[in-house]
Amino acid sequence: MRYMMLVFETDADMEAMHTPGTVQDPLGGAWRAYVKALVDAGVYVSGHALMPSTTATTVRVENGNRRVQDGPFADSREQLGGFIVLELGSLEDALEWAVRCPAATYATIELRPVEPDPSRAT
Amino acid sequence: MSGHSQRPAYSPQSSSAGRDVSGRRATGIEGGSGIKQAERAVEAMARESYGRLLSYLAARCRDVALAEDALSDAFLAALRTWPERGVPAKPEAWLLAAARNRLIDQARHQKVQETYAQSFAIAAQDAEAAAAASDEFPDERLALLFLCADPAINPDVHTPLMLQTVLGLDAATIAGAFLVSPATMSQRLVRAKSKIRDAGMAFELPATHELPQRISAVAEAIYAAYWHGWEDVTGADPRRNGLADEAIWLARVLVRLMPDEPEPRGLLALMLHCEARRAARRTAGGDYVPLSEQDVSLWRMSMVEEAERVLAAAARHGRAGRFQLEAAIQSVHAERARTGRIEWDAIARLYEGLVRVAPTLGAMVGRAAAVAELHGPDAGLALLDRIDAAAVTTHQPYWAVRAHLLARLQRGPDAAQARERAIGLTEDDAVRRFLLGRRAEVIP
Repeated sequence: MRYMMLVFETDADMEAMHTPGTVQDPLGGAWRAYVKALVDAGVYVSGHALMPSTTATTVRVENGNRRVQDGPFADSREQLGGFIVLELGSLEDALEWAVRCPAATYATIELRPVEPDPSRAT
Repeated sequence: MSGHSQRPAYSPQSSSAGRDVSGRRATGIEGGSGIKQAERAVEAMARESYGRLLSYLAARCRDVALAEDALSDAFLAALRTWPERGVPAKPEAWLLAAARNRLIDQARHQKVQETYAQSFAIAAQDAEAAAAASDEFPDERLALLFLCADPAINPDVHTPLMLQTVLGLDAATIAGAFLVSPATMSQRLVRAKSKIRDAGMAFELPATHELPQRISAVAEAIYAAYWHGWEDVTGADPRRNGLADEAIWLARVLVRLMPDEPEPRGLLALMLHCEARRAARRTAGGDYVPLSEQDVSLWRMSMVEEAERVLAAAARHGRAGRFQLEAAIQSVHAERARTGRIEWDAIARLYEGLVRVAPTLGAMVGRAAAVAELHGPDAGLALLDRIDAAAVTTHQPYWAVRAHLLARLQRGPDAAQARERAIGLTEDDAVRRFLLGRRAEVIP
């Protein structure tokens, strides 16, 4: 089963990503080691870090009218900062990996099963 | 008993959804000290008597979930009536009688089969007798502990079941400690208790010839509870910190109820040794401190001494076992407070014995580390290489020890790789920082 790990963090955490030596720093040892461990264990499918929520743009089409706004969808302190997709046997496996994630110590991680791709035979 | 104030104000265990004690209290009577006194008495009962009460009721009606509901109702009734009528002279007997009445009501309303109705009638008689006689009623906790660790029950549920039934912890707390979603944990617990009822599993002590494995199962379950509590060493997670205290308390109960068995004492000694060093595991700033570098002045020597007494008492039986061996290893480490040294020779020999009795990954990695201290990193690495590679893909301690040994052998790139794997598998931020800090380590 595929699970997506969504990392919800504050803007300050995202700022810290650019500060070498912090745990948030993706080039720092913690994140790099974590992703490598995921790859070595054969569970990593894909993943991306996102730019801060201030760079987001929201779009809707209502009654034929385009509504475009600056900013993210939700007006919350913690915003989606990135995600990783994992191929695992169960939610428990996902939880085990989630608690190892460096972000677990400073952010909230949401685990969501990914809908199986209907076009692929399972 | 420490740590219980951190539990939710008691958690009446109910297999049905949402019994909210605080909700009921909000609709209760307003006013001063009567309520306070009643609440304190109920909390005290929940803390000290929940397990004994539940075990007794469950043993009589042979249905743990039903007994939980009945007892939960009894506690609610106590919260309703004790404020106005005062705390009864025999609160345990009162609760027992209230739970019994609930069981009888349930039997009538659900038109339960004859056999159940008879069980309830027996429960009623027993409870009457108990209430009439004294505060003492038979302590069935040992039987309940064995039941929770019964081979017929999914091993993953042994510890959670004990925590819920003998300690009264709620499913959400237990779920967090075991890294399982609350819904899943509730389901597993319900399934286990249904099995106990439907299979007619008995509340009795195992036959003598089964005793060693069965005691081992109980002890392992209690140790699992301690381990899940111990990992949260800073006490940052209030739901897990208390687990260590709860586990020690359970071990004391087991020792008291099985005075002629050595392994329960081994278990208690092991946990006391670990607990004694809790304050030394982190610096004031929250940094990780390896065991061999801990400041011994921060160790609680009175606890160490108790651990030693308990272990000595176990040894008098002359029957070695996994927990006595683990405790003995910790005992050697504790000697450093007295001698300033670690006797790796003794530790390595104890690990030899442990690996033979209980060849867990932890034991095998521990042995490799000890042998490395004694005979050099090559010897330790050779032992690590003997461990099945597939089994250790996600075993953090293996990689941490491997990295250390490779560094000692001046195999820089290999050490870095192993260390990076260890870091990626580490959950504890302090340990992760420690390992990150060691990346640049050059060992002469």
